[in-house]
This record gives sequence, structure tokens and C-alpha cells, in this order.
Amino acid sequence: MIQHLVDGILVGSFLSLGAIGLTMAMHILRFANFSHAELLSIGAYSALVFDKLFESLLPILAEKIGPLSMTGALAISIVLSMAITGLSAVLIDRFIFQRVRQKGEELSMVFASFGMALIIRNVIGLVFGLSAELYSQDIAFAMVVSRDPLLLVKPDQVFVLIAALVLMFILHLVLSRTTFGFSLRAVAENPSLAQVHGVNLKRMIAAVWIIGGGLGAVAGIFYGLSYQITPVMGRDLVLPIFAATIVGGIGSVYGAVLGGFIVGIAANLALVILPSGYSPSVPFLMILAVLLLRPHGLFGEART
Amino acid sequence: MIGVLSYLVFFTTVAAILSIAVLGLNLQWGNTGLFNGGVVASFGAGAYGTLILGGPPQEGQLGGFELFYPLALFGGLLFAGGLAWMVGKLTLRLRHDYLAIATFGVAVAFENVMRNATNVTGGAQGIRGFERPMMETLGSGLTYNLAFLISVLVVLALVYVFLERLTVSPFGRLLRAIREDETAARSLGKAPARIRLLAFVTGSVIIGLAGALYGTFYAFVSPQDVLPILTFQIWAMLIVGGAGNNKGAIAGAFLIWGAWTFSGWALSRFAPIEVQLYTGSIQFVLIGMVIVGMLLWRPQGLFPERLVVSQPGGGTREKTQAEGLT
Repeated sequence: MIQHLVDGILVGSFLSLGAIGLTMAMHILRFANFSHAELLSIGAYSALVFDKLFESLLPILAEKIGPLSMTGALAISIVLSMAITGLSAVLIDRFIFQRVRQKGEELSMVFASFGMALIIRNVIGLVFGLSAELYSQDIAFAMVVSRDPLLLVKPDQVFVLIAALVLMFILHLVLSRTTFGFSLRAVAENPSLAQVHGVNLKRMIAAVWIIGGGLGAVAGIFYGLSYQITPVMGRDLVLPIFAATIVGGIGSVYGAVLGGFIVGIAANLALVILPSGYSPSVPFLMILAVLLLRPHGLFGEART
Repeated sequence: MIGVLSYLVFFTTVAAILSIAVLGLNLQWGNTGLFNGGVVASFGAGAYGTLILGGPPQEGQLGGFELFYPLALFGGLLFAGGLAWMVGKLTLRLRHDYLAIATFGVAVAFENVMRNATNVTGGAQGIRGFERPMMETLGSGLTYNLAFLISVLVVLALVYVFLERLTVSPFGRLLRAIREDETAARSLGKAPARIRLLAFVTGSVIIGLAGALYGTFYAFVSPQDVLPILTFQIWAMLIVGGAGNNKGAIAGAFLIWGAWTFSGWALSRFAPIEVQLYTGSIQFVLIGMVIVGMLLWRPQGLFPERLVVSQPGGGTREKTQAEGLT
């Protein structure tokens, strides 16, 4: 039970990171982006490429940091991968979503994102192969935190949780203390009014994609550190991430953070009563429960 | 010769069954503007419902009621409709993303439950041993398949006529009115949420009908038949054909199913062995590109919706969207 709870919190840390970007894009561009989880795959795979590259160029970076299975090479790769993924998100928007936006209605964008998810996922599969990859081949041993009740935690998981919380705190500072953060919220509230006040809408949209892509990349890498990297990880993550945004309320960044942890914990606690095969259905049950009890989520506002 | 003929019969049967599903989706998306991201859930509900109710009992498995076929079929449609009603009831009064996400979720959960609830659905092995109706009179050869094809075509024609009449009826006008401007429709005393739900459930039952026929045709259904790719394929068929146009929907179904089968065949015939492992990935990329490409360059599809404008003083004027009437 305790083990499931702790595992759930750890899963929640990367679900939250993924959900923040998704909820921001949904709030500002007003469409459910089904290809958002593919940004996590892009992030995980580009970090894999950089990681291998640095390890072969500078073997000293292949040393492990403390008890983690993480290396100096991977640490640098995370930063580069955030940039690459943010850039990919901006480019996908520029070349696909923006054009669809100009031509059609919001639902055409949902539809286009469905198509993009299919393309990205399978192109990754074609480039990197269909089998799973790992950042480190070594077995990461878990620390025994307590024996009764038995509680095992891997050092990597602790790192993932702390890093995720630090990132979220930085984002909180940016959104609540800077002019940039205010502009972003203004655009989300009322795009035309924000523009009248001299906010550059295009730049704000690009910023949303960069933040979403960057955090998504970290989420993907952390997922890869905790499990493994596969071309279909986006397919497996898209529903939990959507569930996190709905639980938190579409458009609320803080809701997305809380939603991510709630979905992560619920999915793991569900293993206590359900056979593990059913765990992919849990996010859907959460969505149903929220829609029944509190349709606009914990922090969401009614908006049509 | 017989080989070619029986292949053609097989191909046309599957394409016609998928056409029915595309017609159902067209009612939801084309006419009402509802995004159904979980077409496979309705499709699968129809197939599983029919086969569980109409199939023979299996050891260690619930179901196998051996119901009279039309009754089993009805049960399958009821299952598909009920599932759609549940999702629609919860999401249709909220902003449109919710329906997209919830339907997507229902499809994921449906496949997951079918795979795991072994004592009802046979799990990963699926449901086997279904006795196809009229098998005793018609045998199992080409005659049976021809007869089946004809029945499928009759069903397709019935669904087509039903939807065509629906589209030009006051109800069809109401659907388009809600799609175009919900506030205006509400100001005229219409209840958009209820009408949408009705259209959504009707469309899902039609998709379920396609699933039921599919299950009957193969006399088998497994989780492999309810994978998300089917949703994408059916969507591609609709967008290529032209959302809002029933003829286009059928044409799109045949075109995309033809392209899908052909690309699969070509890859297995001409591609080197190493590449063949990736046949699925290549085909999935192609389907994704068809969807995105159509949205970018021809969002109205190959056969755009014909908008019917009723004019005061009688007489109807028809104009296509391409001519600039929106």
C-alpha cells in the first residue's frame, strides 16, 4: 500500500510535467492536442542520442553521478533535449497547426493533432527501431527505506521527483512574478485584449510551445529513466496526461500539477484492488469520475 | 479467375462494412460537428456484443447464449448505443475537447477490458466458434460470401438512404444549425445538448452495426480488431471523402481501404525483408499524412458537402462549399 502510494507520487511527477504543457496549449490555443505526448517521446529519444554522443566524445562524462544511474552526459543531454523538443513543438505548430488554425475550426486542430501523433510516433519507430531502449544498461538497485512495511525506492526516482518539483517551482515563479508570466496569462484570458495592450500574440504562442516542449522533454526522459524508452510511450502516456489536465481543470497550470499527482497515485493505488492488466483503464475511470462530480476539474473554470 | 472473384468479393465486403462505419461517423462529425476519437469502441461494442450473445458457449467463459442472430445483432447495437449514451451524456454539455478526450479514453479502456476480461471476452484470444447465420442453407464457399456481400450492400444502402433523408429533414437542418451556431439554435428554442446526444448515439449505433457485421463476417473478434488504428483509418476515409457528404464518405471508405490493402500488399511483395518488419509503421505514417495533408490542402475533402439553402418562396438552391458559401 505504502509502496503503491510512493510509486504513484513518482509517476505523478512526470505526468505533471507532461500535463503542464498540455493544459497551457489547450488554454491558449483552445484545442486538445493529442500529439502532446509525442513531445515526450521526442524528448526522450533526443536525449538518448545526445547521451550516446557525449559518452563517446568525452568518456569522462560517462561516469555516474553518486548513487544515480544518471551520468554527466545525460545531465547535459536533458538541457539540450529540452531545447530541441521545444523547437520541434514550435516548428510543428508553425508548419501544421497554425495553417490548420487559419483554415478551419478548433476541432480540425484536434483532428490534425491525431494525425501528427500517428506520424511522429511511427517515424520515431522507423528511425530508432521498435524495440525498447535504456539510458543505462546497468541495473539500478533500489534502496530499502523501510522493511516493515516494505518500501523500496530507487535513487533515480528521488532525483526525478526533486527535479520535477524544482522545475515546477521555477515555472511558478516565472508565471507569477515576471511581466512575461502576466502577458501569458493575459493572452489566455483574452487574446484580443492582450494584443491591444501590446502583447505579441505570436511570440506568446511560441513561448507556450517552448515551455510545453521543454517540460515534456523532461517528462519523457524521466519516464525513460524510470521505465524504458519505446516508440509507443506517447501512446501509453497520452491518456494519463489528458486525465491529469481534466482532473486539474483544463487551463489551470496548478491544477495540472495536482492532477498529475492524483492520476499517478490513483493509477498505482488501483493496483491494490484491480489486476495490473487493467491499469491502462484507470485514467479513463478518473476522467469519468471527474466529469460526474466536478465537470470543470479542481481548478477549472466553466468556459465554452 | 475464381481466386480473383473471391478476393474481389472479400475486399468489397470489408470496404462496404467500413463504409457503414464512415457513414455513422459522418453523422457525428460531418453533420453535427462532434469529434468522436473512439470510433473503435462503438465498432468493437457492436462486434463483441453480437458475438457474445449469438455465439456458442465456451468453456470457462461467460456468454455464448446462442441467441437468434437478429436478436444478438440487436443486443450488439444496444451495447454500442449504451456506451455512446454514457460518454455523450457526461461530456456533451461541456466544451468540445471533453468529448474528444473522453471518447478517446473509452476506446483505450474498451480495448484494455476486452483484452483482460478473459471470462467474458476470451481475452487476447478473442471470441471463436461463432456460427454465421444461414450457414447451413448456403454452405461456406463463394455462394455464402456472395450472399453475405449482397446483404452488407443492402444494409449499406438502407443506412445511406436513412441518413440522406435525415439530412434533408428538419432534424438534419437542426443538426447543421447547431453545428454552425449553437447560440442561434438555442435562441430558437432548440436544446442543443439533447439533439447532439441523439445524433451522437445514432451515429455510434451505426458504427456498432458495422462492427457487428465485421464480427459476423469473420465469425471472430479479438482485441486486435479494436486497436486505435481503426479509428484513424475510418477518420481518414471520412476526411478524404469529404465530411458532410454521404456519397463522399462511401467513396472515401473504398479509396482508403483500397490504398491500405494495396500498400500492405506492395510492401510485402517488393520491400526487402528488413523493411517488412516495419510495414505497419510505414502504413501508419501514410494514414497520418493523409489526414494531415487533407486538412492542410483540401479540408473539404474530395467530395465536399453540398449545402442546401432553403429559400423563402419555395425552391431550393444548391451550392457547394467550394463556391464560397459557408
